[in-house]
Amino acid sequence: MALILSEEQELLKNSVRNFVKTNYPVDQVRQLRDGKADGDVALRYSRQLWQQMAALGWAGIIFPEKYGGLDLGYAELGVVLEELGRSLAAQPFLSTVLLAGNALLLGGSEAQKQQWLPQICSGEATLALAFQETGRFSPWQVETRAQPSSNGFCLNGEKRFVLDGYGAEQLLVVARTSGATGAKEGLSLFLLAPDTPGLTITPLSLLDGRNAALIDFDNVQVQASQVVGTLDRAAMILEPVFDGASAGLNAELLGTLSEAFERTLEYLKTRKQFGALIGSFQALKHRAADMFCEREHAISLTREALRAIDEQRDDAALLVSAAKARTADVANLIGRESVQMFGGIGMTDEEDIGLYMKRSRVAEVTLGDANYHRERFATLSGF
Amino acid sequence: MNAPTTLEQFRRQTADWIENNYPQQLRQTPGASGEDPRQLKTHEQNWLTQLAERGYLAPSWPQEYGGAGLDDEQVRVLNRELRKAQVRSPPISAGLSLLGPVLLEHGTPAQKAQHLPKIARNESRWCQGYSEPGSGSDLASLSTRAELVNDEFVVNGQKIWTSHADSADWMFCLVRTDREAPQHEGISFLLIDMTTPGISVAPIRLISGPSAFCQTFFDDVRVPKDNIMGQLGQGWTLAKQLLQHERQALGSIGRGDARRALTLPELAAQEIGVDAAGQISDPVLRDKVAQCELDSLALRLTMSRSADEARAGRGSAHIASTLKLYGSELTNRRHELMIALRGADGIGWEGPGFTPAALRTTRQWLRAKGNSIEGGSNEIQRNVIAKRVLELPE
Repeated sequence: MALILSEEQELLKNSVRNFVKTNYPVDQVRQLRDGKADGDVALRYSRQLWQQMAALGWAGIIFPEKYGGLDLGYAELGVVLEELGRSLAAQPFLSTVLLAGNALLLGGSEAQKQQWLPQICSGEATLALAFQETGRFSPWQVETRAQPSSNGFCLNGEKRFVLDGYGAEQLLVVARTSGATGAKEGLSLFLLAPDTPGLTITPLSLLDGRNAALIDFDNVQVQASQVVGTLDRAAMILEPVFDGASAGLNAELLGTLSEAFERTLEYLKTRKQFGALIGSFQALKHRAADMFCEREHAISLTREALRAIDEQRDDAALLVSAAKARTADVANLIGRESVQMFGGIGMTDEEDIGLYMKRSRVAEVTLGDANYHRERFATLSGF
Repeated sequence: MNAPTTLEQFRRQTADWIENNYPQQLRQTPGASGEDPRQLKTHEQNWLTQLAERGYLAPSWPQEYGGAGLDDEQVRVLNRELRKAQVRSPPISAGLSLLGPVLLEHGTPAQKAQHLPKIARNESRWCQGYSEPGSGSDLASLSTRAELVNDEFVVNGQKIWTSHADSADWMFCLVRTDREAPQHEGISFLLIDMTTPGISVAPIRLISGPSAFCQTFFDDVRVPKDNIMGQLGQGWTLAKQLLQHERQALGSIGRGDARRALTLPELAAQEIGVDAAGQISDPVLRDKVAQCELDSLALRLTMSRSADEARAGRGSAHIASTLKLYGSELTNRRHELMIALRGADGIGWEGPGFTPAALRTTRQWLRAKGNSIEGGSNEIQRNVIAKRVLELPE
């Protein structure tokens, strides 16, 4: 497979681009943030649009046909997410499809998969994966405990930054059933409804205005049948899930930084100062050329990582980390430079460019920032 | 394009031919740029002759000019098989990689017949007469002049950075033929025989020591009128086209050099040591190594993506500037890190007290400074990207 898009992928890209253009003006970010959008204000995304996307098959791209999916690859998923990223379209793709959905696909029982995957593919149900507890992404740093109780387990602890954790039909929760905090072994997954007694869900307000929640577990009782996968072995599921989700998030981030870069270029070609277009100033030209080069590498790495997952290659994890490290750095550069080049207007809420920088910042940090992934790249490279 | 079976047949034929003809004593001898073919050992020369006889030094050129007439797919297969067999790689020469493609397109039939077969057989050496002491980045301001007197151009002036001019048979040279015309339109492209009276050459010593670079002086050098390539005053167009090939060649430098004795992580492990988990002990230096390795990976992937794009007919000619810019900066960063890893072992110039490998690191660190200057400085590459790719205003 080549590092360029196939004809089918180009077609998919165009249909997503058209859908996004009609349904997701960038201003929607402000409307959802300020509670001015129709319905779904607390969700911070439009359930109706999500179901339309699902009806087009996009929610089921990576899922097998028998669960209602399209059984396509991450390369196609990347095409969809990149276009969504361009317009900052808020939707529960990462949470429902790439995190919770994929974890169910990789670890769930046949009954669990039959129950939830078709509903994910059709857009009827959204799910969230509650894993993170620390500020910096550190996947095995889990203190939330699941202790054996009379007919199952009792959960105590707190999860932070649960993406789309508010309003989800089901929560997939990572809790420690054995081992010390920080150990990869001893983690287990539990599937539970958000109205389970003892569970408190507090919506968080993030930079990008999207849905995330703080979830508190106070003696939450779950049954043994709610365990997903093998007890103590959740890391085996979570590792490929985080890789797939990082690869997808990367594609979305690539779309976001590309749009920010192109809008900045457009501004350089239209804004006049000292009687000249500011894009004619060499100080700005050279920085634009540098951003262009950096973006070229982000494109290459992002596509290669998606391809490596599709081809189930041994170096997939290494490439995902290389891609996330590089793309996060490029997004950061373009975020900083774009606001700087827009000047005073770039500081106003009225101008879209700031929204791009804010969403970039959230995506950079989600599932591990550049420092995390560069360290992981070094470890996986063997030095 | 050939059907896959034909391509597979070609692959097998090529592999068999290499296996049957490549001398065992040459295995894994790497090729170096700018070798003087007259100094090659006999068996190496024999191998190159065999390659040349099949047209494999210039595989994509027509057979009548000493090439093999292969299409793009076949050239890729050939290169892959040569790499796979770890044969001595074909020489990198200015004639083959820079002048040849432009001569094929713009040369007169007589020029092509005279020069291309010799280049394709590695029998003539060429040097590039572009830069001048007063015209570096601003190449088009060059002032070496050629006046048409009867049937000859009379050339006067001075060129610099003419690699291997001291051993070259010919030079392709940019000269000013019209001082009244706008700067870019008064330039012509001449092919000059280096044995012509009036040419003198002086090697240049660099900050890194002796080098292949020379200064070349022209004092009333008489060049036949027919040695102009393209039209009078059209030289700049040809010159730019040739620069694209040069950028491509220079950009590949940062990809990592198979000849380097130690990889960056290996050098770091040797100089810094590793912990129980096999990780470079110093976390700061480990992160710097990771950045370089990650960026090398990114550059390799961007190169393979641009090849995919070119194959699909979606390529941009100016990707060469991107690769040259990034490749040379990466090479510089890599050498900065290598010399930092060696500490005081990285400040030796020569003689006892330093290992040959350490001295090599130091010299390479110095020489790498030139990578971001030669072939159009990186500032020029940024200008090219801003203008041609990003279409920013003048």
